[in-house]
Amino acid sequence: MSGRGCGGNLIIKTVSGFLIPFIQLFALYLAAHGDLGPGGGFQGGTIFAASLILYAIVFGLDEGREKVYEKAAGVMAAAGVLVFGGIGLLCMAAGGSFLQYSALLPGDVKTAYHLGIYGVEIGVGLAVAGALLLLFMKTAGSRDD
Amino acid sequence: MALKFTLLFLLVVCAAAAVRMKDLLGAVIMLCAYSLIMTLIWTLLNAVDVALTEAAVGAGIVTVLLIAALGRTGSREEDPPPSSLIPSAKQPADRHPSSLAVVRCALPLLAVLLTGALLVYGTLDMPDYSAPASPANLHVASRYITDSAPVTGIVNFVTAILTGYRGFDTFGETVVIFAAAVGALLILGKGGKK
Repeated sequence: MSGRGCGGNLIIKTVSGFLIPFIQLFALYLAAHGDLGPGGGFQGGTIFAASLILYAIVFGLDEGREKVYEKAAGVMAAAGVLVFGGIGLLCMAAGGSFLQYSALLPGDVKTAYHLGIYGVEIGVGLAVAGALLLLFMKTAGSRDD
Repeated sequence: MALKFTLLFLLVVCAAAAVRMKDLLGAVIMLCAYSLIMTLIWTLLNAVDVALTEAAVGAGIVTVLLIAALGRTGSREEDPPPSSLIPSAKQPADRHPSSLAVVRCALPLLAVLLTGALLVYGTLDMPDYSAPASPANLHVASRYITDSAPVTGIVNFVTAILTGYRGFDTFGETVVIFAAAVGALLILGKGGKK
């Protein structure tokens, strides 16, 4: 896959180049609005990873970029789990039990829930996007064998 | 009702096509169509969160990952070796099927039909779909529906359940996904360092 992309098909390149920002915007919208409508970090992260994979398939990645992608994906996956777990531990530090958001802001339970769930969704999204990207890079990346 | 049955029928057709196809790329596309139909079914069942997940994961990422994996293998299924249990149409023995071949064909069919009949018989005792009095809806489900929005302020109670009431489970799932990525990294090798 690396370096060549889709053999320079103009239609695919133009349409993908136009669509990818909108796909990413939709992914961020889903991740941020999980508490108001359908969606959430999992779906948002998956679609975000799909947009990056679409870019990689259509435009191709050179060696250096592939390395950067892989490194970033690994960091994202680990950071997501850390954010999720960190929020849980933060609740414990505030005097509640693990992931008991109401302990974060004792006066205002609803805001506490909102903030906690917002953070957790971001964590899930990061972890899922990073993990899926990593899986793709490992199955389709340049063959180092 | 007719729409649901049409979709379920198409679902079976797609699944069968995906299994029978020799062209693996076609089989992957069939799986993608299967997920798309599943998305419509989830939407008809008012499970939009699940529908969104099915569309993003089943029809999106899984298809891409399978196509990426096809780049590493061949894109055609190899014929099974002649000693295989499944009688192939190309084998000349098919024209004069021995009694052994008939038994080999009939036994699995009988087993599948019997299991299917038992399963259908089992569903007869199940409560109607979304019946309010069914045991699954009598436990905590009603509390989630009525109490989650006033208590937590989260309008979409699916999210309230996933990240609030069942936050620990979701944390576990996230760790599982992370572990899967780490496992893939270990099996497929860390790129570059050879």
